[in-house]
Amino acid sequence: MGDFRMPSLGADMESGRVTEWLVKAGDEVKRGDIVAVVETEKSTIEVEIFESGVIEAIVVPAGDEVPVGTVLARVRSGASGSPEARGPVAASSGSILPAEATPPAGRESATTAGPVVRSPVVRHLAAESGIDLATVTGTGEGGVITRHDVERALAARQPPTVRVRASPWARRVAAELGVDLSSVQGTGPRGAVTGADVHKVAVPSFRPAAAPSEPAVAAAAEPPASTGPTSDAAAKQAAMRRAIGALMARSKREIPHYYLSTNIDMRAASEWLERVNTSRSIRDRLVMPVLLLKATARAVATVPEMNGFMIDGSFEASAAVQVGVAISLRGGGVIAPAIHDTATLGLDSLMMALRDLVARARAGRLRSSEMSDPTITVTNLGDLGVDQVFGVIYPPQVALVGFGKVAERPWAENGLLGVRPTVTATLAADHRVSDGHRGGLFLSAIDHLLQTPEEL
Amino acid sequence: MTRDDALAIMRDVLHHVAPEADLEEVGEGESMAEALDLDSMDFLSFMIGLYERTGIEIPELDYPQLSTVEKCADYLVAHA
Repeated sequence: MGDFRMPSLGADMESGRVTEWLVKAGDEVKRGDIVAVVETEKSTIEVEIFESGVIEAIVVPAGDEVPVGTVLARVRSGASGSPEARGPVAASSGSILPAEATPPAGRESATTAGPVVRSPVVRHLAAESGIDLATVTGTGEGGVITRHDVERALAARQPPTVRVRASPWARRVAAELGVDLSSVQGTGPRGAVTGADVHKVAVPSFRPAAAPSEPAVAAAAEPPASTGPTSDAAAKQAAMRRAIGALMARSKREIPHYYLSTNIDMRAASEWLERVNTSRSIRDRLVMPVLLLKATARAVATVPEMNGFMIDGSFEASAAVQVGVAISLRGGGVIAPAIHDTATLGLDSLMMALRDLVARARAGRLRSSEMSDPTITVTNLGDLGVDQVFGVIYPPQVALVGFGKVAERPWAENGLLGVRPTVTATLAADHRVSDGHRGGLFLSAIDHLLQTPEEL
Repeated sequence: MTRDDALAIMRDVLHHVAPEADLEEVGEGESMAEALDLDSMDFLSFMIGLYERTGIEIPELDYPQLSTVEKCADYLVAHA
């Protein structure tokens, strides 16, 4: 049996609020399943589980804020067969929600007048689906209403073809984005549609214009965020600034930064990109940041001490390259989730990953693995016309690469002055791990890779 | 496609790209990207959205011709 704990979703996170459980006691989970939605000061994150098994008990109910490391749920690992009825586990905390008893099949009982419900999960399910418990016949021991009873009542009320299994979070996301849930393929527990599934449908390709006969979904899709109280947004904004401030202060206090910069000739990369994009449909076009990300990720092979974590005063290089991408959030704030295996993804896959990541970051739907494991960060402020950016390293990482605007500038080569697209690449790195010479080699490796974009 | 159709499509696509951005806030002749704080990724998503709604393949070189609300609507009407 294992514990599913509140994960650390970045070095600046001290606590998180469970806003939604996507599983309940008795559910089987696979490694990598998204099981809960957690709100931090900076974002809303879909949290994955890293152990396969059966959820034995939800320990922290939705709505509670707890410190990092707190046990959120108990998981029985290596599950096989159906979960048996179990009593409350380690009932030291009043908030444990036990798996409810499996109802004896087909047994009717009418010994009690009012509805008897023991399981909070059942109460929750009924409330969520608008089922009046007084109208439900309990088939559990002593007429207790079980989840099965509520689900049956639900099925009787609605034709099964209309009912889509989806988490409340997924429903909210779908409403916001105007996505019809029945058109989404669910990958959650028992095929339930998760927020991520909705996003998969909504983000990479926009929904075509709704047919005239079905405008209802889109019409009902007013984003709740825009109508929400502004004081709430202001409070969130303040919390975000505090979190960023605390992390950056820690970085500046603990990390002896050194800074380097180099100008890179971007003629080859610009011409290649233009040529490739001309022959492509608009949906398949690449953007320059993709080349910059890929070159940075591959340059790590030359200078591995840029990629990894400083843990307890010693550096641990990371074999995988998970480039964190600094993404500015509308309304303020920045977040730097990771693109997994950046060095080995093809440019097209990297482009898709980047689009998806930016969209989900802005919509507040990142996943826990993306938040916890960037090994180096890239920040690209070129869109704003900034020439160069000297960044602050995200602890416990040890390097941050910045790119400014790619623009035509004077360029001297072989005694001649010409005009070429150029970019200034900068490096902020940790002196405890490397020094200027190695940092210089790293920037030079990025430069070198960008001269042969077709090989990226 | 009428100009009103074009504006309606633009509003709709923008709502997907940047839910809190409002086309009405963009002044005449003002760059949409600047007024609405759209970065290159947002702008590309906007172009893709327009393509998916209208079928107009907008070449990269034409992006500057869609920078303001008026120019963008005109472009869509002219190329529909």
